[in-house]
Formats: sequence, structure tokens, C-alpha cells
Amino acid sequence: MFAKLALQSLLDRKGSVVLSIMAMTVSIFVLLGVEHVRHQVKDSFSNTVSGTDLIVGARTGSLNLLLYSVFRIGSPTNNIHWQSFETIAANPKVKWAIPISLGDSHKGFRVLGTTRDYFEYFSYGKQRHLAFEQGEAFNDVFDVVLGSEVAKKLAYKLGDKVVLAHGVAETSFSLHDDRPFQIVGILKPTGTPVDQTLHVSLQGIEAIHIDWQHGVKIPGSALSQSEIEQADLQPKSITAFMLGLKSKIATFRVQREINQYTHEPMMAILPGVALSELWQMMRILENTLLLVSALVFVAACLGVSALLLSSIRERSREIQLLRAIGASPSFLFLLIELEAVFITLSSIVLGMGLLAGSLVLSQGYLLAHFGLHIESNVFTLHSLILVSAMAVASIVVAFIPSLIGYYQARTINK
Amino acid sequence: MVITLSNVSFSYPEDPKRPVLDIPSWSLSKGEQVFVHGPSGGGKSTLLNILSGLLASTEGQVTILGQRLDKMSSRQRDRFRANHIGYVFQQFNLIPYLNAVDNIRLASQFSQTKKVSLVEQEIQQLLITLNMAQKDWQTPARNLSIGQQQRIAIARALINKPQLLIADEPTSSLDKVNRDAFMTLLMSIVGDNDISLLFVSHDLSLASYFNRVDALSDINRIKEEH
Repeated sequence: MFAKLALQSLLDRKGSVVLSIMAMTVSIFVLLGVEHVRHQVKDSFSNTVSGTDLIVGARTGSLNLLLYSVFRIGSPTNNIHWQSFETIAANPKVKWAIPISLGDSHKGFRVLGTTRDYFEYFSYGKQRHLAFEQGEAFNDVFDVVLGSEVAKKLAYKLGDKVVLAHGVAETSFSLHDDRPFQIVGILKPTGTPVDQTLHVSLQGIEAIHIDWQHGVKIPGSALSQSEIEQADLQPKSITAFMLGLKSKIATFRVQREINQYTHEPMMAILPGVALSELWQMMRILENTLLLVSALVFVAACLGVSALLLSSIRERSREIQLLRAIGASPSFLFLLIELEAVFITLSSIVLGMGLLAGSLVLSQGYLLAHFGLHIESNVFTLHSLILVSAMAVASIVVAFIPSLIGYYQARTINK
Repeated sequence: MVITLSNVSFSYPEDPKRPVLDIPSWSLSKGEQVFVHGPSGGGKSTLLNILSGLLASTEGQVTILGQRLDKMSSRQRDRFRANHIGYVFQQFNLIPYLNAVDNIRLASQFSQTKKVSLVEQEIQQLLITLNMAQKDWQTPARNLSIGQQQRIAIARALINKPQLLIADEPTSSLDKVNRDAFMTLLMSIVGDNDISLLFVSHDLSLASYFNRVDALSDINRIKEEH
């Protein structure tokens, strides 16, 4: 009956209550959303690469190198020579080396030129290796292996032919349409940018650019398939490469050797360090966002408090009646608190539902455009703790009208 | 005795030098139906609030059903009121957004006198006794007529089987027909259930329903409430 009274009382003032619930729903949506996306982005970024000791590329900022080599965000400042890669890969401290060549795309998805070592050594998450959903790694020059999202979004299957485009724009007019690639493998989902990537051999990248110059096909050039396959497809340059070392102790020494490499300016970064640099940069933004979200929530709580406070003035006769039939001032205090709890709980349910719905809808976009795999499940332990904290905060803020209600109940008959 | 007042005085804490009530002695016997009349501002509501335990007297002894209200804490007085006293107001007797059944049930929530299973039966019985059509039982109180609301108010006041019923000008917002019907119903119910009634009004024409009539000015030595 106690709960029913609180609920009926709120329903009786549904106009203002609905507005308060809307305000609080938006604030919970923002606060939970910021926190959820922040955690998911961190997890997503942290899980994208593991087991790689060093990432090597042309001299640039460490973040830029990390972003374009691992997350396929941004562009490299320069390429590095194949000989440099071979020299460093031959270093006795190096266990494995994976070359990366970027610059082409297919319907908005990045194309990555690499070697078969990529499928053997590249790992993500907790040292998880890439696995094939269907097919196998590329063997021939014009074989391509798709990331899971590429196959899913474009509804490709093994044996289908795909045409790569020069450059990374979603719509490109410079197509390598004379040399289509055949799909020979589809990778299992990883929740990383690998899912958004088409993987071809470095020879394949060389082959489609063999009669191109400065990003444009040389007019009149029309090499046949056999001519291309017989041509020298040894890559002359690559975008970057990943290194796995035999011993972690050697990491800084190899990094120093690469950074001091005299034949070509290069830089080597530790992925973990670069990621933490990224978080350092993001922290101010994160904290600002969190603070703004928290303030929005506090404003919504105060709004609810104001609503309940104004309702006390309207309900002085009701309070008097409740007192006359035996309700104690504490009952009135708890009744107003319960109303605040109902508003908060309704807002939490709506806010979480709205957030889950928004994430489901935006999941594809975030994955396609930012390589971020954001879980739509918002019912995590962290968000439940946050929601509990918000419920407690709303109860605390509702102390103001509740106490006023309490004192009004004590003095109602004066 | 149902009510015994002895040297009761009351003044509001913020204005302690201006007493509102000063009652040397007054009582109400079991089964008695007393009509107390007096002008507005004469201290009627303050007296009822002290008798129901909503206010504590400043001095003196307030004994209701053998219990000293002036010795009880605020919480004890609330509990006592819920268990033993029925209250009917002039208006706004009901929570407007609750239906008839919920309004009555609400009063039983504060009382510890009966089992929950019995409450539903008794609510139905009371509503039938008070001639409330069943179709109106689930209607929000605000959508019922004033006459219907006052009947539900009686039902609510009786649900905990009080030994004392306090009525504070319950007929003042009723027309003559409804007023007479209300008074007939009220008097028959308190008579049938052996409930002591303290009925306060400024309308002297109601005096004929009661077996005792007191003027507030004879009870309270303070002549005008400030």
C-alpha cells in the first residue's frame, strides 16, 4: 500500500513527473554512455594488439604510428624501404617480423598487404591468434583474406572476386578493376580492426601497382596476368612492421638500435607505452566528460528534488489527512523518498534501455568508421555500481524535500 | 470515560505567551455523542488536534480511553490515533487520486488492530452498509460526489473499529439533503457500534441529533484564538 500510494501520487502529477523522468533519463544516458564507451574504447584499444613487442615505421609521432599501423586510423607520413625491414628482421634478437603495407581500400574497408606470418604471429586480446572461419591464408598473388565484418557487411563468400581501389576513400574512382582478387579465406571475429580489413600479400599490392605511377595508372599499359606473375613482385617499400622479440629484455636495446638506424630514419614504439600515452592525452577529455555528465545528473537530481518540494506545498491537505489517520512524520519522509526512488528507477531503466538501443544502432558505424567494437550490453558490473551510486545520490538529494515534508507533517496543524 | 481533560492548556511554541486553550475540566463518557459548537477561531480544531494526539498539550492531563496522551511520545500518539480514533474532516477527507477501497485500506495500514485478510472483507462490508454502489468502489475519490466522499470518509474512519470518532465540521460542505442523510447514517452507525462521538460544528441546527450539546466557550476559558 505504501508503494502504491507513492506510485499513485506520482501518476496523479504525471505531467511534471514525466518531464523529470525525461531529464533524469537523459542525464543517466549521458553518464552511463560516457562511462561505458570510455571503458569499451579502452578495452577495445588495449585488446587490439598483444604479443607485439615493437611497431616500426617512418619517423612520426608514436601515437600516429600506433594509430595508422594498428587501428587503421590516419595516414603514414612516409614509407620505409624493404631492405631496412629485411635488415632488422634478420636481427638475431628478432623472433618474427610482420610487414604492413597500407594505402588501398575496398568499399571503405582498408586493405592490408602483409605476409603469411601475419596469420601465424599476430595476436590480440589475451594472446589470441587469428583463426579462420572459412578457407585459409593467401597463397597466390591475387588471393585475399577478409576480416569477419567485411565478409558480413558485404555478404562475401569464398571464391568471390573483389576489386581494390587506390587510396582509402570510401568512394574511389581509381580502381584496380583489371586485377580482381579472389577470396580464399574469412577470419573469425576478433572485435579489433582486423575484422574491418582485407588482407592480401605484399606481392599482390605490388602487382596491382606495377603499371601505376603517382597514384594513377600509366596510360596504355596493359600487362597480362602471366606477365604480372613473372614480374619482380618484391616490394620496394612498406608502411610499417611489427616485431616479436625472442626476449622481452632486449626490447629497449632493439628499439634503440632501430631509432639509431643510420640508413633510414625510422622509429620503433612499444604498443603498450604508446597506448598509455594515448590514455594520458585522453584523460583530461575523459575526466571533463565525466564531470559534465555528473553535473548533468546532479542537475536532474535537483530537478526531481524541486518537483517533490513543490508537490509538498500542493499536498499540505493530503499530508494533514495522512497524519490524522495515523501516519507518522517518518512515514511522510519515506513516502517522499520512495517517490524519488521511483523516479530514479524509472529513469535508470529508461536510460539503460536507451543506451543499449543506441549502442545497438551505432555499433556498426563505430566499428566501420573508428574500428571500435562497443558492446551493446550495458549491464556490466561497473555500470551497475554506477547506477547504484546514482540511486544513492538521488536518495541523498531527495533528503531536502523529504525533510521539509517531515517537518511540515510535524507542524501541519499549527 | 473515553475522554478526560484536566487543567489542559495549550499555546503554540512560537507564541508561548498567548494561550489558545485553557480547559479546567471536560469529559466524554463511553457511548456518548457530544456536539460541541463554537465560532470559527474559537480553538475547536486545536482542541480536536490535542484529543487526537496530533498536538501535545502544553500543560495538563489528556486521558483518552484510559491512556495519558500527554505522557506519550509523538510516535506513540500516532500509533494510538491509528488504532483507537476515527477522524472525519470538513472536506478533503480522502486522497483524491486513490479509489474508495484504497482510501479505506490506507487507514488500516497504520493500525495494528486487525489481520490483513480481514481488512478486505470489512472494507466491502462497510461500503455496502454505507450504500456505496459497487461500480464506484474503484473510482478515484475526486470523481465521486461530495456525498459519496463523505460516506467513504465515514467508512475510512470506522475501518479500525475506533472507540472514539472525531468529526470536524463534516457537513459544512453538504447541501441540506446530503447533510441530513449523512447525519442519519453517522448517528445510526455510531449507535450500532457503540462508538463515542465528538462532533464539532458551528451549525447549531445539528444539535438535535445529539444527546449532549456543549458550547466551546463553556469548555475553554480563552475566548478568542489569536
